[in-house]
Amino acid sequence: MQLEDQRDQANGRSQRKLAYVPADHAMPDAELAPVVFELDQLAVYYGPVRAVRDVSLKIRSKEITAFIGPSGCGKTTVLRCLNRMNDLIAGARVVGGVSYHGTNLYGPEVSATEVRRRIGMVFQKPNPFPKSIYDNIAYGPRLNGIRNRAKLDEIVEKSLRAAALWDEAKDRLKTSGQAMSGGQQQRLCIARTIAVEPDVVLMDEPCSALDPIASARIEELMRELKKTYTIVIVTHNMQQAARVSDRTAFFTAELDKQTDQRTGLLVEYDVTARIFSNPREERTENYITGRFG
Amino acid sequence: MSVPELADLRARRSWRTTKNTIMMGVLGAALLAIAIPLVLVLYSVIARGAHSAFAAFPDFFTKEIPIVSRRPGPGMGPAILGTLLATGGATLIAVPLGVLGAVYLHEYGGTTRFARLVRFMAMVMTGVPSIVMGLFVYVAWTIPFGYSAFGGALALACLMLPVVIGSTEQMLKLVPGQLREGSYALGATKSRTIITVVLPAALPGIVSGALLAVARAAGETAPLLFTVGAASSYNGHLFSGANTALSVQIFGNATSAFAPAQDRAWGAALALVLLAFLFTLAARLFTARFATKR
Amino acid sequence: MIDLRGRPAHADTTFRWLAIAAAGIVLVVLGLIAVIMTRRALPVFSEMGVHFFTSKRWSPADELYGSLAFLWGTLYTSAIAIALSLPVSLGVALFVTQVAPPKLRRPLVYVIDLVAVIPSVVFGLWGILVLAPHLGRSFLTAGVILAIMITPIITSLAREVIETTPPGEKEAALALGATRWEMIVGSVWPHSKSGLVGAVMLGLGRAMGETIAAALVIGSALGQITANPFASGNSMPAVIANEWGEADDLHKSALIALAVVLFLITIAVNLIATAIVRRSTARSRGK
Repeated sequence: MQLEDQRDQANGRSQRKLAYVPADHAMPDAELAPVVFELDQLAVYYGPVRAVRDVSLKIRSKEITAFIGPSGCGKTTVLRCLNRMNDLIAGARVVGGVSYHGTNLYGPEVSATEVRRRIGMVFQKPNPFPKSIYDNIAYGPRLNGIRNRAKLDEIVEKSLRAAALWDEAKDRLKTSGQAMSGGQQQRLCIARTIAVEPDVVLMDEPCSALDPIASARIEELMRELKKTYTIVIVTHNMQQAARVSDRTAFFTAELDKQTDQRTGLLVEYDVTARIFSNPREERTENYITGRFG
Repeated sequence: MSVPELADLRARRSWRTTKNTIMMGVLGAALLAIAIPLVLVLYSVIARGAHSAFAAFPDFFTKEIPIVSRRPGPGMGPAILGTLLATGGATLIAVPLGVLGAVYLHEYGGTTRFARLVRFMAMVMTGVPSIVMGLFVYVAWTIPFGYSAFGGALALACLMLPVVIGSTEQMLKLVPGQLREGSYALGATKSRTIITVVLPAALPGIVSGALLAVARAAGETAPLLFTVGAASSYNGHLFSGANTALSVQIFGNATSAFAPAQDRAWGAALALVLLAFLFTLAARLFTARFATKR
Repeated sequence: MIDLRGRPAHADTTFRWLAIAAAGIVLVVLGLIAVIMTRRALPVFSEMGVHFFTSKRWSPADELYGSLAFLWGTLYTSAIAIALSLPVSLGVALFVTQVAPPKLRRPLVYVIDLVAVIPSVVFGLWGILVLAPHLGRSFLTAGVILAIMITPIITSLAREVIETTPPGEKEAALALGATRWEMIVGSVWPHSKSGLVGAVMLGLGRAMGETIAAALVIGSALGQITANPFASGNSMPAVIANEWGEADDLHKSALIALAVVLFLITIAVNLIATAIVRRSTARSRGK
């Protein structure tokens, strides 16, 4: 036990020295977009295993924030903290601060379902329900008690238009959402997410199951969506992060030789242009130049 | 080894290939060994059953059962109604309970001690002989409340319940976790997710499993023997009065020395086999729909 | 500050408790079976004591109830059924999964699953009216009828076990130049044998618990403990079905006691079968 404590201290020291750099340190906070999420020394445990540690960053309104890093670095884990999807995993535990517009997301009175109604999520693999296209999109609004047919029609059309899917789907609204192509399915999932008019859209590697052309359409869509929504995207595609995001957080994983466990941590968080042109951390530079990963 | 020898890829006879041929023949013979008696049984049922059931069509399916069993003539109507009542009642009891129980096991219980206990006991219950269920319901229901189709329904429901739980849990396992996550991510509660996403996704499989359980239940005799009674006229009441069933009529008439009674047994057997096949084929159709959808 | 407080989720809680209650019904029913049946059987257990199990004398007129002959009948007919069914059902399962042309496999599986739902009373009817005139009503006739009845069931289960053989193991054997039979012996059999034992045991449980088919053709002779397959006899479920109608109180109690014993035997057989199947699937998954 004592050994472990010492190790933690050592890690803490190196972390202070290396990892956390306040975003946009050069600019005064007031000139930036308002903060949506503020993570403060976040750590996530799965049972006894610590999956991520020491993540501190601010995610700002109506921007695209990208999480990049090698596999196993905890970027998806952190993303799933933002709408409490980690609650669904038995044994998952969150330590540290996750605040959303100043409210502690993990506060005692906060309900995960209420959180998820405001913070939507698009998954790695398109997961339309085995229902019609219409019912897929109407699912969320119906959860919120909207039963009026005309109102639902309007929401469906609006969401499909926003997801750039209206032209392809308008004549087959009653057909199964699972009968569409992969790229269409993913846009359907995006339409389903924005149908409830969330504040934030979280995207967990939304293009990893898609071909390059379908991916490009999703990227285009993301640029369009950020006018209305705050977007956080996890991606393993660095070019994608460079192309679409305003800010980028680079995560990596460290192997604890004694326990043989990997723990993810945040290395650097900054404006995207800076991360990709002039990173402060050697580890970031090595990763984006392909020397490690 | 010289090159031409190496290049010779023609099949060669050897003890190995001969043994293979022989054993393939033995396996094929096994198929014949079971096919012959089954064909004989089905032939008897169809030939003798059709002779009895369709000679007086549609009277056989509608007329009441003659009270004096040596009197010739049609009539299995009350037994058909009784079988449908008891099986239908059992379905209404066992399917909702079984599906809900499976929802508990897969969506809530998982590997908790209670869930493992229930899973184990459901497996034990699958092995309980049907006559034990019949006697149990006789003691627990028929003694205080008398013969009725409902008593039969209870006994059949006891047989169906663990089967429905088992097949439904299998189907819930096939529903991808991503669908549940998609629903949660929209802010749905757990019960809402189960009712509006998980169960509809698994529905064809659940229906198929339930139909197979119904097919099995419809043909059961022992659970009905002590619980529905032995009426020979129509009784449309589920909860009151002695009733009858096709299987019970077959059992009763099979031991009769009189040809007309035996004829009616064959006709009833045909009706019962058709009913069981119908449910099985319906189950197949649902499975097929499930398969093409994925 | 935004309001992220949860609304009271009554529907959620109610649904959860409904599901728990539905699952609990299984325990309730099994508990009730055990308690109610045992209580009804007690009079005959206290009347007969250990003789209920050791005596073969079953004479309701003298209020003597010894079940040994019925136990023998149950075990003997089931043994005949398994002996006849085992080679056939394994052969058919192997034929369907390994030998039949792929186009034929699905239809064959459909047909096997279809005949598996033919009600047992129909086999019994065929047995008493078609088979018994040639073979008599005897242990053998009952065994044959039970064998025809359980073969589709065992075949279905065996097919499922065999189909869990990883294709890679089969292809590895074929790639080394094995014939199809050598592939079955070398790859399929080692992988499936304990699962197949379980499948056969489950079939045995079905045969022992089967009432109606046996009741119709076994001959209803009392006190018969003989290995002569052509002798008439009786089995536990058959006695219950045949004598229930004219039974008085103690007699009914004796029949219920038979059901209790049958219940325990079939549960034991099924538990052993499931344990074997589970161990084999766990092992093959571990590999």
